[in-house]
Amino acid sequence: MLEIKDLNVFYGAIHAIKGISLSVDEGELVSLIGANGAGKTTTLHAISGLIPSASGSITLDGADLRKTPANKIISMGLSHVPEGRHVFARMTVEENLRMGAYIIRDQKTITKNLDMVYSHFPRLKERRRQLAGTLSGGEQQMLATGRALMTDPKIILMDEPSMGLSPLLVKEIFAIIEELHKSGITILLVEQNAKMALAVADRAYVLETGKISMSGKAAQLAQDDRVRKAYLGA
Amino acid sequence: MSTFIQTVIVGLRLGSVYALIALGYTMVYGIIRLINFAHGDFIMVGGYTIIFTVPLVLALGLPAWAAVLAAIAVCALVGMGTEIIAYRPVRKKGTNMSALITAIAMSLFLENLAQAIPAIGPNPKVANQIFAAGGFKIGSVTFEYTTVITIVISAVIMIVLYMFTQKTRLGRAMRCVSEDKSAATLMGINVNHTIILTFAIGSALAAVAALMYMAQYPRIYTTLGSDLGIKAFVSAVLGGIGIIPGAVLGGFVVGLFESFTTSYISSSLADAVVFLILIVVLLLKPAGIMGKNVGEKV
Repeated sequence: MLEIKDLNVFYGAIHAIKGISLSVDEGELVSLIGANGAGKTTTLHAISGLIPSASGSITLDGADLRKTPANKIISMGLSHVPEGRHVFARMTVEENLRMGAYIIRDQKTITKNLDMVYSHFPRLKERRRQLAGTLSGGEQQMLATGRALMTDPKIILMDEPSMGLSPLLVKEIFAIIEELHKSGITILLVEQNAKMALAVADRAYVLETGKISMSGKAAQLAQDDRVRKAYLGA
Repeated sequence: MSTFIQTVIVGLRLGSVYALIALGYTMVYGIIRLINFAHGDFIMVGGYTIIFTVPLVLALGLPAWAAVLAAIAVCALVGMGTEIIAYRPVRKKGTNMSALITAIAMSLFLENLAQAIPAIGPNPKVANQIFAAGGFKIGSVTFEYTTVITIVISAVIMIVLYMFTQKTRLGRAMRCVSEDKSAATLMGINVNHTIILTFAIGSALAAVAALMYMAQYPRIYTTLGSDLGIKAFVSAVLGGIGIIPGAVLGGFVVGLFESFTTSYISSSLADAVVFLILIVVLLLKPAGIMGKNVGEKV
């Protein structure tokens, strides 16, 4: 479904992404793990068009995403849950979710998708009139995820959903990710928490200083000595 | 008592003009974090457009105030042009400081350009009567038509604008862009278009403010914008810059203080009192009367 080939991204003079290739098939949960600064977030930003890529190809079901302006990517069926949630703090929970469906004009579809999101996240429904800025970190993560689901996308990119959350909340968030995956949603997950990311994923890629150093079945990578030493603290 | 009520009414009239202008400052600041120093000069552009189109409008058999439609169109174009030609390129390459200096440059450019146009020149021009002269009395208090119209129209515009930002798709997009541009982009919002729309609306409000101002003080000169603009800017900061209801509140606070100082103390102290209020409020509430930081928890 999502195909990336020989992608190169520069930050000024810094060659941040050095010719990576990866793919995500329909229904898959693929994790992209790696240390801080390896280029995980940069990869997602390049996919969403938030930063320009220098060369290579990014396609979604054959459509060229590199030629698509950043604000049209969501219409192609790709949603992005950014690092640090980026919810609209001065809007209510429900307004945030409705903004997620900004590209949809049909009110019936919006209502249907809103119900779908509320069924995944009952807590958001309880707090629907509350300002997003007053939610806890975990709830904001749920809101950002729910907002990305409002277009009923083909695939969602999730960037560090566990960032800054307590261990208990990390578990809760990953349980939600697994549940979304089971309900058939395709996910590309970027995480520093390699242990959890490998536990929920079908496949995974390891990113090291802008290059993919390893890839394969998540369960196998979790057993790999190099991965265990470098990312799992074993 | 009648002096008191009269003073309140004058304060509301001044305040509604300041509020209309302050809205332009605050909307642009809210969306690109730039103090648009040229905003005051948009009022001047609107004012001269009205002066030049009133004869035309009258010849067509329309009332003089219809000239504001031309002013709205011209101001919106100038506002959008300023953003596209001057601010956007600087924002892409430069720092906040270079953007600010560009805004000051745009202000001087518009003022000098106006002076350089032979039909305008350096001498003040006098406008036609805009609204019907006279007024009516309730008890011993006089209500001039101009004053009533100014207050009512401004109030209606402010309510419509507020509803627009709260209830419409474009208005919500505007709020999103002002909060978080990259998240807005991810929602499918075209950030550049939204910024241009903000400039268009803010500048159109400046055109309406120009009409209201000239209805009361029918004299216009090329630096009018700086004089009016600074008080409106104070209003926006006083209310909490970037916050739409704050600009309205700030405008009325400034207008009322100015009016009361003029009536009860001295007209030459009016501006000093306005700035004194600003300093006191900012000492007590640095983010302005309605300003508060809704922090994003991580």
